[in-house]
Amino acid sequence: MYPSTFDYSAPEGLEEALGLLSELGDEGRVLAGGQSLIPMMKLKLAAPGHLIDINGVSELSYIREANGHLAVGALARHADVSSSETVSRHNHTMSSAAPWVADPLVRNRGTLCGSVAHCDPEGDWNSVMLAVGASVVARSTSGERVIPITDFVVDFFTNSLRPGEMVTEVRIPKYQGPAGGAYLKLERKVGDYATVGVATHLALDGAGMVAEAGLGLTAVYGHNLKVTEAEEMMIGQAPGSELFAEAAAIAARTCDPDDNVRGPASYKRAVVAEYTRRGFAQALAMAKEQS
Amino acid sequence: MQITVTVNGASETRDIEPRRLLVDFVRSDVGLTGTHIGCDTTSCGACTVLLDGQPVKSCTVLAAQANGREVKTVEGLAEGGELHPIQAAFKEHHGLQCGFCTPGMMLVGSSLLEENPTPTDEEVRWAISGNICRCTGYMNIVTAIQAAGQEGS
Repeated sequence: MYPSTFDYSAPEGLEEALGLLSELGDEGRVLAGGQSLIPMMKLKLAAPGHLIDINGVSELSYIREANGHLAVGALARHADVSSSETVSRHNHTMSSAAPWVADPLVRNRGTLCGSVAHCDPEGDWNSVMLAVGASVVARSTSGERVIPITDFVVDFFTNSLRPGEMVTEVRIPKYQGPAGGAYLKLERKVGDYATVGVATHLALDGAGMVAEAGLGLTAVYGHNLKVTEAEEMMIGQAPGSELFAEAAAIAARTCDPDDNVRGPASYKRAVVAEYTRRGFAQALAMAKEQS
Repeated sequence: MQITVTVNGASETRDIEPRRLLVDFVRSDVGLTGTHIGCDTTSCGACTVLLDGQPVKSCTVLAAQANGREVKTVEGLAEGGELHPIQAAFKEHHGLQCGFCTPGMMLVGSSLLEENPTPTDEEVRWAISGNICRCTGYMNIVTAIQAAGQEGS
């Protein structure tokens, strides 16, 4: 299989990349890890007229703490996230998810920001980002926008980037006080899309009550799904199996999975409920270790 | 467009279309057919090469993206007529049957052993989890990779 023909540029700096993107309009497409874009081009699901390869824009290759948040640049690969001590110290949900994205070879190429921008409802990262309340930094020649992830994920393979904008960074807030999180993924085999994925995040206040709750679901809706009703219900409550069972029931009825080769909808709903319970239980155990 | 890629230590310059895939650059343009094409959809790992030392699936990398970089294929493992320890171990421990996945398995294995010369069973299985073998059931592949690590250390 071969992609349709396209022109190719490999800028060495961000300003040059943004200039090209602005000039090329709809014809231009940013190539980072390429682990989703190249297969889509080979399958003729995408046929951009001009690829702007940012792999030489080394200023985007970073994972760092800055101004109270964790910042992941557009060239940070899944493997970088997976092995990053900064990430594991900062955010349990992310460090739990990273080893389950695709397979080890794909993780050497694919990027977190690319996966976030791709908005595949079966992709893992946007569930994590919805659960932890991330923001997406979009740059263009005319400036920068910081977009909350809830506004960024619009629908099935659809984000809210404007023409000429590219994702340069994903920002994850740093939680004060005891916190924990997990990403539980059911997959048929390594490298397959999730049958179901559940991202959980939990932070406790000084009295041990729920200060923040995050719940994001993969592959059970038209886009990665933030279960806001469950999150809001948990705030201020005492964490434990009763509360988590209630959140699990909300998650199971909020999602809308399809029957497909990965299993019937009823099975997926049951897994959503069970993984929600287990994820929050793991998150609580982590948070308690710190309090 | 013109690209120059260092393949197994030799500089290779070719005129290519931007859509040329790295696997075809290696097989058809440079003529090294030890890198195989299996699924062509980033699933099987038969096309694994090392790009700047890291295993990647060359059916899902553009040749243009390897411009100015180093690629190592299975042909680059042996040196001076001597099998690389991982090749000797695959031979010794019968780590292959049909041989189709073998170049990828050996490159991933050699990359793992660079970082970790004494991997556990679990660590080897994790490292090769993006490479599919349909013959061996993986047992002898895992054994061979571990043996090569013992040999080298």
